[in-house]
Amino acid sequence: MSERDHHDPVNEYEREPVPERALLGLKNYLGQFAGEHVAGTELMIGPLFLASGVSAFDFIFGLLLGNLLAVLSWTFFTAPIATRARLTLYFQLEQICGRRVVLLYNLANGVMFTVLAGAMITVSATALGVYFKFSMPQLTDTLPTGTGWVLAVLATGVLFSVVAAYGYRFVSRFANIAAPWLVAMFVAFGIIGLREMGLKSVGDFWNVASNVVWTGGAPQPGQVKFGFWHVMFFAWFCNMAWHIGMADLSVLRYARKSWYGLASAAGMYVGHFMAWIAASLLYAVQLQQDPANTAVLPGPLAYRACGVAGLLAVVTAGWTTANPTLYRAGLAFQSLKPASSRFKVTLITGLIASVTAVFPIVTMRLLDFVALWGMILMPMGAVIFMDFWVLPRLGLRSNFAAAAGVRLNWAAGLAWLLTLAACTWLVLTGRTQIFFVSLPGWFVTSLLYVVLSKVQQGYASRPAAA
Amino acid sequence: MKRIAQLISLAALAATLLAAILFFTDQLALPAAKLWMLVAAPVWFVATPLWMEHKATD
Repeated sequence: MSERDHHDPVNEYEREPVPERALLGLKNYLGQFAGEHVAGTELMIGPLFLASGVSAFDFIFGLLLGNLLAVLSWTFFTAPIATRARLTLYFQLEQICGRRVVLLYNLANGVMFTVLAGAMITVSATALGVYFKFSMPQLTDTLPTGTGWVLAVLATGVLFSVVAAYGYRFVSRFANIAAPWLVAMFVAFGIIGLREMGLKSVGDFWNVASNVVWTGGAPQPGQVKFGFWHVMFFAWFCNMAWHIGMADLSVLRYARKSWYGLASAAGMYVGHFMAWIAASLLYAVQLQQDPANTAVLPGPLAYRACGVAGLLAVVTAGWTTANPTLYRAGLAFQSLKPASSRFKVTLITGLIASVTAVFPIVTMRLLDFVALWGMILMPMGAVIFMDFWVLPRLGLRSNFAAAAGVRLNWAAGLAWLLTLAACTWLVLTGRTQIFFVSLPGWFVTSLLYVVLSKVQQGYASRPAAA
Repeated sequence: MKRIAQLISLAALAATLLAAILFFTDQLALPAAKLWMLVAAPVWFVATPLWMEHKATD
């Protein structure tokens, strides 16, 4: 996942295109992408792949291809629009959909950010369990496992919330400083994990990987069996809300050239390739040492490999990524009631995230949650894409809400809601899994938006009856 | 001063990675590798703020 400075709100040019003098070079984007994708949640996602019974070929090559598709999505979906319009996602959405749809989008985004922050709090709280020895959740647990767990999570969550509300800038600075060290720690996790799994020379990697680590057996209880396509689609859609969903319009609008979207490769192949593999190896070591211990708990996993420094990495990764996540969730909720205090909103959001963190269901089903997030926000990206590239070619008006002076573009709102209904139906009836549904969903939204816009704009331009 | 801080940060990162590599090549026991990493972590967090620039983003 990706929750660091890269996606932080920028209070400049919020309602106007970024001017030429404010544009940024490639180096800025390489640093941002590389630093942000080594988050606390990588420590959960990597092991969950192994718990899903993935094989070495499916895992390694699924990640290689899926991450390539993610990079291409940033480069060919997000960046071309970002560098032409140079507007924030929110202003562009407001122009197209109207204020009311933006509020709905912010509400959905705020809820998802809150739950994600909860997962990061959970990750950090597992580090406390190493020393305080309280009962921690197993892979199949959905409810809190005891008073010790509840107290540890709430203490961690309250601390994170207060800091996010008071000291956002301090933690933001700390996150920048920590990023290179965290990357080094993940590399160390991987190297130590490989050695613990019996690898003695680099040339023997594939043999150990396919016969000892990712053997492709049955998934752990409660997990879906993952194959190549699951891994590929997960890696591609993990940050779907940001690339195909267009949230990164706000970031890439500063890019001097649209091909700077390729800089996302630095984040994908450091965070969503190396870090996931490294975290997965830590879980493999645990299973090798005690096959009955299937719990995915980043604290004990990191401690086993790297000792106290490993625990420090878990807490740091969780904290530095929960901080901007809580901040952004607070901003999203505050937009619903702009007069409210950002401090109070962030604090309350943090406390809600802490309560969600007590229940391990989200963290233990993090792969599903991430896919769900992409599914919910992806339709707005399809609306922006069609509005920008296709509608003018069909003789239809782009930015309809702004042009017509309406607060609700019902073509966009309906396209979003109908797509969500269709995707939910497909998943709930077992016709497709949550990991794949966003692909047909994108085409459904695109088609619906074009057809409904045609109807709406035809109706709007019809002369009033005498 | 800035240059010295940068070198210290680099040494801390190198020690973190080297500890893992030496463990991989059986030249360092795991407890010793963990100790190297534990020492390197505070060194990194003390030295790096002295030179790393920060661009405020909020």
